[in-house]
Amino acid sequence: MSENMNKQAVLTAKNVTKKVSSPEGTLTILSEVTFSVQKGESVALVGVSGAGKSTLLALLAGLDLPTAGEIWLGDVNLTELDEDGRAAVRASNVGFVFQSFHLLPSLNALENVMLPLELGGDGNPRGTATKIMERVGLGARLHHYPAQLSGGEKQRVAIARAFATRPAVLFADEPTGNLDSVTGEKIADLMFDLNRNSSTTLIIVTHDSSIAARCDRRLGLEAGCLVADEKKPQ
Amino acid sequence: MSAIHYALRSFFRELRSGEVMVLLAAVSLAVAALTAVGFLTDRVSRAVERQANEVLAADLRLRSPDPIPTEWHELAREYELRSAETATFPTVVFSGDLSSLATVMAVSTNYPLRGQVRITEQLFTDQRIAEGIPAENTVWADAALLARLDVDIGDTISVGELEAKVGSVLTYRPDQSIGFASLAPSLILNSANLNDTGLVKTGSRVRYAFLVAGIGENVETFYQAFEQLQPASVRARSREEGSDRAITTAERAQRFLSLTAVISLLLSAVAIAMSARRFAQRRLDTVALMKSLGASQHLVISSASGQLFLLGILGVVTGSIAGFLVEKLVVGLLGEFVQTDLPPIGWGPVFLAAGSAFILLFGFAMPALMQLKNTPPLRVLRHDAMPPPISRLFIGGCSLIAVTVMLYISIGDSLMLLLVLGGVLAVAALLYIAGRILVSLLGRARTGVGIAWRYGLSNVSRRGRDSAIEVVAFGLGLTVLLLLTFVRVDLLESWQQTLAESAPDHFMINVQPDERSSIADIFRTNNQAIPEFAPMVRARMESINGEDVRERRYPMEDGQWMANREQNLSWAKSISPTNKVVEGKWWAADYAGEPLVSLEREAALELGLSIGDKLTYIIAGQKLEATVFNVREVNWDSFQPNFFMVLSPGSLDAYPSTFISGLRLAGNKEQVLTEVIRTHPTVSVIDIGSILLQVKGIIDKASLAVQVVFLFTLVAGLLVLFASVHATIDQRRFESAILCTLGARRSTVVAGVLAEFAVIGMVAGFLASLGASLLAAAITVNLFDLEYTPNMLLWAAGLIGGVTLVCASGYLALRRAISVPPVAVLRA
Repeated sequence: MSENMNKQAVLTAKNVTKKVSSPEGTLTILSEVTFSVQKGESVALVGVSGAGKSTLLALLAGLDLPTAGEIWLGDVNLTELDEDGRAAVRASNVGFVFQSFHLLPSLNALENVMLPLELGGDGNPRGTATKIMERVGLGARLHHYPAQLSGGEKQRVAIARAFATRPAVLFADEPTGNLDSVTGEKIADLMFDLNRNSSTTLIIVTHDSSIAARCDRRLGLEAGCLVADEKKPQ
Repeated sequence: MSAIHYALRSFFRELRSGEVMVLLAAVSLAVAALTAVGFLTDRVSRAVERQANEVLAADLRLRSPDPIPTEWHELAREYELRSAETATFPTVVFSGDLSSLATVMAVSTNYPLRGQVRITEQLFTDQRIAEGIPAENTVWADAALLARLDVDIGDTISVGELEAKVGSVLTYRPDQSIGFASLAPSLILNSANLNDTGLVKTGSRVRYAFLVAGIGENVETFYQAFEQLQPASVRARSREEGSDRAITTAERAQRFLSLTAVISLLLSAVAIAMSARRFAQRRLDTVALMKSLGASQHLVISSASGQLFLLGILGVVTGSIAGFLVEKLVVGLLGEFVQTDLPPIGWGPVFLAAGSAFILLFGFAMPALMQLKNTPPLRVLRHDAMPPPISRLFIGGCSLIAVTVMLYISIGDSLMLLLVLGGVLAVAALLYIAGRILVSLLGRARTGVGIAWRYGLSNVSRRGRDSAIEVVAFGLGLTVLLLLTFVRVDLLESWQQTLAESAPDHFMINVQPDERSSIADIFRTNNQAIPEFAPMVRARMESINGEDVRERRYPMEDGQWMANREQNLSWAKSISPTNKVVEGKWWAADYAGEPLVSLEREAALELGLSIGDKLTYIIAGQKLEATVFNVREVNWDSFQPNFFMVLSPGSLDAYPSTFISGLRLAGNKEQVLTEVIRTHPTVSVIDIGSILLQVKGIIDKASLAVQVVFLFTLVAGLLVLFASVHATIDQRRFESAILCTLGARRSTVVAGVLAEFAVIGMVAGFLASLGASLLAAAITVNLFDLEYTPNMLLWAAGLIGGVTLVCASGYLALRRAISVPPVAVLRA
């Protein structure tokens, strides 16, 4: 990885190591992982269960701190910030899509999308949220509660919520894992479409090879180590 | 985005979605319980106080050596108080050649301000409540006086220069117990006739009293203003000085009601603690998600606190309305007891309940909220990521401080607070330890039982700490319920026993030594029990240990009053069965040495006397010195003739004495009493039955109120049980779905759940019975000065009630959860 690349990188991991203590002693979940991701790039994190993909995603998004190493989001070193500092960075730069959607059941679809906009201090959260809901094809479902939506619709709301703040980086953890293949395909289309149109950097943890194949780049993890870094053939 | 804005918006959404309803119900119920109990105790206390005030015939009675100036009435009017006055003096009244000493009381319109005067038109027959006061030139006189003067209703008697017609026989006046031992037969006349008697002159022994009554606060402020303006020679008689008997009873009733309020409060605290824990746990995911979306810790904690605050407000409003409605219902049920002229219920209980709800809400929810703040955002990816646990010391400290502050505010009685709080903490600790032991034992005991029991027992065992906490919760709920039930029953029985059927309903006073045998003959020929006579000698104290009683300093103000007033002394060989020596010992039955005196405990305290002190009395102009030999506790509730000072045998032989006797008459009592006073004109018979009825009335009504309050506490106790089961509802819904999916029948799942609750109920019931017995003993002995007798019914109720209540509440709480189709649960 060259210095030149680093300068344009939107996300950089430097020698990231994560260890946890367990009854059997200290476990190393991630070991010396180093890479960087360019603006607008889509990256698939792949590997078998337990390889450390979700842990890496959590560290990259500042949801957790590494035992050693640094994570840079743009020109901010996440590892130097406290929890509120990292939350503030997430509010303005990061979006999430989760496998199990994580919509707040007490808020309706529109309000779920408004939430990060309000946290980020958007001037017109309702208008912005309505627009993006229409973009994901849920203009008629604005006031439905999560319990009243299908799995695919819930994930569309989650995607709308993730893109609403126009984040620099969007993290997706198995976004189609809970959906049937047809719906999963549609969700993936929507995500890549939005990614292209809004120049958002996309980091996806996935077991789905077709989704991984659609990404610009594929990072392979094995037992906590970065073992592959492949670019999609042009 | 402001925390308040977010809290406000999402609160109503969450309320709509139903997640916050459990906690809201707990807060509302706590407030409803507190306000209803508060409103009720407020009213009942005032009703009891008012009943007790009846012995003064007023709320405040001011004694004065001089006639009552009209300004006093004006001052009372300024404070919106009703007023009346009396003038009392002894005089000899005449009818033809016959004469008798009488206590004349001239009363003004409005008398009595509290209580009622009872009269009758024929001796010893049914009496009725008098309306107003005697008309001018008419008197109402005691039966004894009529007998001595040999007059009947309608005849004329002379009171000084006044010729007045006897209108009715006076059977009862509320203030007759004031100095009743010195009673000559009394006579009431209209104060408009006072000057017509020509007896009120300079130097005549007229005692004036000014009576006021009205709303409690007004009476107090009036008295404060009055004290500033009036001479020190005016002596106020407050209720406390009025009558030992009625007051002891009233104070017990009030203590009992505050005990009930305290127990309701503790139950509410337990319910709030459980729901608050669940409230926080259910928010972990939301907080993690909000943090992952960029919310700061400050926003998280502020919005959660804001929501809790809103919840408190809503709970206070709904709870107060519910409490108000329950109070209305109860007042309807109590009917005439809660008098209609009572001032309306105040805002006091609402403020108290609101304050309590917030202190408890934050005291018990704050630790959980603090933990929420530390929820790792990582939880959005890994559901097992939990915030670091909060120190148990911190949780316990917060809860304990909240409860203690609350209890202190609401009862302000340190002894009761310590006893109740200490008892509850001890029971909680005991229950927790026992719960843990049970859990570990059951883990091993589940082989060899059917599938339902195995499932139930494994549930108890697997939930470990939670099962122990359930035992604590159920156990505490049960403890207070048992305590309330049995303390109530035991105390009421003790009360009733002190007012046994054999308590005297009449007193005979002023019996001369040689009249005892002839009076006994009358009783014998009429087949009545022969009365026992207690000797009585009028005396005045001159000095204590050689120091003039007028110059001596006393530990209590009442001591001064007692030392300077006329005393009724008695003597006895053996101690009365209604007395108990608490210091020193009783003298030998054949004691014939230097005079010794036995003092009543309160009197000894007020006078600052102890064993060995020497008292000098003046009796009929002669001195008598007696040494304090022991201190007695007197059961005034017994209504037997009792004395503050009893001397050793022979001490009073040289002095003129009269005798007093308490009577309980059956059957032809009018005939017996009429014969006694016709043949012994100097003997006075006092109808104590009316006073007895008055005291019994207080007790009956107070116990009815307590029973109603008790019902409310029972509901609060059930809520605790419900809240505790509800805290595990998600887990149980899931487990039931899994079991059904694996082929278990619904009945097996239900049987398993019942088995689990039965075990928890049994252990909690056993431990609660133990705890309640210990607490009941402590409370009965220390707070109510009564003896405690262990009650086996309490144990039976504890065990059966424990199992039944826990099973029923558990089943009701889980019925819906375990009947959800498994697919709905597993898909969610």
